[in-house]
Amino acid sequence: MTITTLKPESAVQAVDAVRWALSAGEPLEILGSGSRRGLGRPVQAGHALDLSGLSGVIAYEPEELVLTALAGTPMDMIRSMLAERGQHLAFEPPEGGTLGGLVASGLAGPRRISAGSARDHTLGIAGISGRAEAYKGGGKVVKNVTGYDVPKLMAGSFGTLTALTEITVKVLPAPEDTATLLLFGLDDAAAVAMLDRALRSPYEVSGAAHLPAGIAARSGTSAVAGAGGAVTLVRLEGFGPSVAARGTMLREELRADSVLGRDESRAVWREVRDGVGLGVGSDAQLWKLSVPPSAGPSTVEAIRRTLDVEAFYDWGGGLVWLTAPPDSGTAIRSALSAGGHATLVRAPEAARVATDVFQPLPEPLMALSRRVKESFDPKGILNPGRMYAGL
Amino acid sequence: MKMPVPDSVVIARRREIVEALRAIVPGEGVIVDENELRAYECDGLTAYRQLPMVAVLPSTVEQVSQVLKTCKAMGVKVVPRGAGTSLSGGALPLADGVLLGMGKFKRILDIDYANRCVTVQPGVTNLGISNAVAHEGFYYAPDPSSQIACTIGGNIAENSGGVHCLKYGLTTNNVLGLEMVLMDGTVIRLGGKHLDAGGYDLMGIVTGSEGLLGVVTEVTVRILKKPATARAVLLGFPSSEQGGDCVAAIIAAGIIPGGMEMMDRPAIHAAEAFVHAGYPLDVEALLIVELDGPAAEVDHLIDRVEAIARDKGACYARVSKSEEERLAFWAGRKAAFPAVGRISPDYYCMDGTIPRKALPLVLQRMQEMSDRCGLRVANVFHAGDGNLHPLILYDANKPGELEAAEAFGNDILRLCVEVGGVLTGEHGVGVEKRDLMTDQFDEADLQQQQRLKCAFDPDGLLNPGKVFPTLHRCAELGRLHVHQGELRFPDIPRF
Repeated sequence: MTITTLKPESAVQAVDAVRWALSAGEPLEILGSGSRRGLGRPVQAGHALDLSGLSGVIAYEPEELVLTALAGTPMDMIRSMLAERGQHLAFEPPEGGTLGGLVASGLAGPRRISAGSARDHTLGIAGISGRAEAYKGGGKVVKNVTGYDVPKLMAGSFGTLTALTEITVKVLPAPEDTATLLLFGLDDAAAVAMLDRALRSPYEVSGAAHLPAGIAARSGTSAVAGAGGAVTLVRLEGFGPSVAARGTMLREELRADSVLGRDESRAVWREVRDGVGLGVGSDAQLWKLSVPPSAGPSTVEAIRRTLDVEAFYDWGGGLVWLTAPPDSGTAIRSALSAGGHATLVRAPEAARVATDVFQPLPEPLMALSRRVKESFDPKGILNPGRMYAGL
Repeated sequence: MKMPVPDSVVIARRREIVEALRAIVPGEGVIVDENELRAYECDGLTAYRQLPMVAVLPSTVEQVSQVLKTCKAMGVKVVPRGAGTSLSGGALPLADGVLLGMGKFKRILDIDYANRCVTVQPGVTNLGISNAVAHEGFYYAPDPSSQIACTIGGNIAENSGGVHCLKYGLTTNNVLGLEMVLMDGTVIRLGGKHLDAGGYDLMGIVTGSEGLLGVVTEVTVRILKKPATARAVLLGFPSSEQGGDCVAAIIAAGIIPGGMEMMDRPAIHAAEAFVHAGYPLDVEALLIVELDGPAAEVDHLIDRVEAIARDKGACYARVSKSEEERLAFWAGRKAAFPAVGRISPDYYCMDGTIPRKALPLVLQRMQEMSDRCGLRVANVFHAGDGNLHPLILYDANKPGELEAAEAFGNDILRLCVEVGGVLTGEHGVGVEKRDLMTDQFDEADLQQQQRLKCAFDPDGLLNPGKVFPTLHRCAELGRLHVHQGELRFPDIPRF
C-alpha cells in the first residue's frame, strides 16, 4: 500500500524525512533493499523510507576486527571486501540485502551454536528514533560496556525502534579449512542424540544438522542426496591440521559413515543455512522453531499428531525448519511445551496478517515491549505492526 | 563526584519503611544496625562509602517482588547488590535507599548437559558454575579476575569479561535465559534453554544495565567443553609498538588466541618481584599468547605465533613446555594488581578500550600525563581486544593524591575516547565514570538510553545516581515537540 517512497541520500536527509513523518503523523515502512519484506507482518504505512541510498563502507580495519558501514550498504559488497582479507561475519547470515536489513532482522546461520547471532556481532549503531532524533549507541571497538547495549536491542527489532543509518560490526578470521562428517540412516531422535554427543566433545563443532530422508534427497550435494536416507551432518572448521586431527578423532567417536571435504562441505552448509529448499514450490508455509536442542524431535513429534509437516533440524536440534499447512500457528505453538518460540518465516501476505508471525509474548513482557517501543517511537511511525499488531 | 541529594522526607520515614520490609522478609533478613550495615557501605571501588538507610536480604522471588513493589509504592530508592566486587561503584548504597542484597540466592537449580546449559540463582559465584560442571569436563567461559567471589547476578549487571573474552565472549554472549523482577514487582522471564529470546532482545539490554532496569532472580548460561590443551608463549619486545604490531599480525594471520595479554615495563617488574614468574626484565613490553584447543591445532599455531613474533622484532620468546610452566607465565599477569599494590600504598585501576593501533600513542600520552602529575602508572592490557588497564600508583594518605589520581584516570579515559575507543571495556560505568559519559555520548544518545530506563522503571527508583550524569524525569524525557506543517523537505528524492 506504499504510496510514496522517500529516498534520502544522507543521514541528515533521513532525519528530515522522519521529522516530516512525525509531524504529519504518517507511518513509514523502513526499507534497505527490500529483500526481507516478506519476513514479518506487513507494515501498514502510506510511505516508505528507503535507506539504500546510505551506502558505503566507512572504515574497515581487519586487525581491529571491526567494520563500520552505512546501513544501506549491500551485504554482497561487505562479504567480498571481508573475503579479500580472509575475514567474514562469523554468524553465517543468509546472503543478499543490506547490512541494516541484516541487523534489523537479527538472522544467523548454522554457526549460531558456536559463534552467536547478529546481536553478538553488532557493536555500534547510529540511527534515527521515531522522535526524529539522530543518536548513537554502543561503540566501534570489540569490547565495550559503556552504557546500555543499545546495538543488541536493535538486532532483530525489524526497524520498529530506530531507522538505522550506520552500523559497526565485529568481523573475524574466516576458517581456513572445513570438513563435515556424515552419518546415514538415523531417525530424528537418534540423530539429535548423536549431535549432542558431537557438541559435548571438545572438538569445537561449528555445525550440527539432521536432514530426514525426504529432505536429504533434495540436497544439491551428491554425497547427501545419494545417501538413500536420512543424513546427519557435523561440521568442523579451522586451521588445516586442526580440522584434520579433529576430523579423525570425531569420526571414530561417532562412527561416522563418510566425510565431506572443503568445497562440498561449504556447499551443503549453505543449503542448510537457506533451508534446503524446504517448501519451495508448494503452498505450505515455512516456520522456524527455536527450542531447547534436546527437545527438537519430541516437539516435531507432538506437532505431527495434529499436522502434516515436513521438518529438519539445525543447531544440534535447537532449530527446527518446518513446513505446515496454512493456519497452523496455534497447533505448532501449543507443541512448544519444553520452551522456545516459533516464527512464520514464509507465507503469503494475507497469512502474515491473520497469523501471529512472531511468537505472542506473555502479557507482562508484551506490556514492557510496548513501553520499550514507546521510548524510541512514541507515535508509532517506524514500521508499525511489523512484529506485533499495535507495536 | 556527587550522588543525588538524599531525600530527608524518606529518611524521616525510616521506621515505617523498615516495618514494611519486615512484613515481607522476616527475622534477620532486614538489617538496621549501623555496625552490620557497615558490611555494605562500599563495593570494590572503596574510595566511595555510604551507609544504606536499611539493607534487606530476601530469599525468595516473591519477597524480591514484594520488596520492590512496596518500595515503589512508598517512593523509596533501591540499590541491588551481589557480592559487592564492582570496580566502578555499581553497588554503592544511598543514604535514603534500601540496599537489596541477593546473597541468599545461592542455589544451582539445574545442570542440563543435553542442552549444554546451567540454571542458577543469581548469588552463585562465577567460579561456582564452572566448579559444578568441571567433573564432566565443562566450564563457564567468562572469567573475570574476581571469579572466586563475584556472583553471576553481578556478572549480568556488569556484563563482565575476563582474559578469555576475545575468543569466548563477554557475559552477554553466554547467557541464554533470565528471570527478573521489575521495580513494580512484575516478574518476567526472558529466553530459556533455547537460542534467541522471542521479541525484542531485552536480555541484551538488561545484561550490562548495571542494576538500573530490574533485579535478576534466575540465570541460565551456556557451558562449554574445556579445550583439550592449552599452551602459552611468552614474548618480549624492545618497544610497546613492536608488541602491538605483533598482536595485530597474529590477528591478521587469522589467529584468535584464547588469551593475549600485554604488560609494560613497570608492570613486568612489579609482577616479577612479587611472584618470580621468570619474566625477562630487559624488555619494554611482554606479551603472553595462549593458544587453546586440540593439541594438533595448538602445536600448529604456537609455531606460527613464534614465527610472527620473530618477524615483528621479539627479543625474547619462550614456549611453555608443561602445564606448570604455562601457569607460571600466567601467575605474574594474574598477580599484576596485587604486585603493583606492593610497590605503592594504593593504586587506582582504569578500564578503557582503544583501537589497538592507537596503543603506542596512548602509552606515550599517558607517560606525559604521568610526568606532569608526578604519579607513576603501570599498564596491563587485554591486547587482543584493546582493553587497557592502567594502574595509577598513589598514596591516599598524602593530601590531594587521591584527587590527583582520579583526575589522571579521567584524563586517560578521555584519551581512550579521543582515539576512537570507549570509557569502559568490562568494569562498568557505575559512579566512577558517570560524569565522563558526556565525553563519549551526546545528549541525544544519553537521553535515548534514559528513555529506555523509563520503560523499565518510570519513577527512576532503581539504582539512581549510577551510569547517567544527569537525572531527568521520565515525563520530561518523553515530551515530544512536533510542529505541524512547519517542515518541508524539497531535497529528499521521492518516488
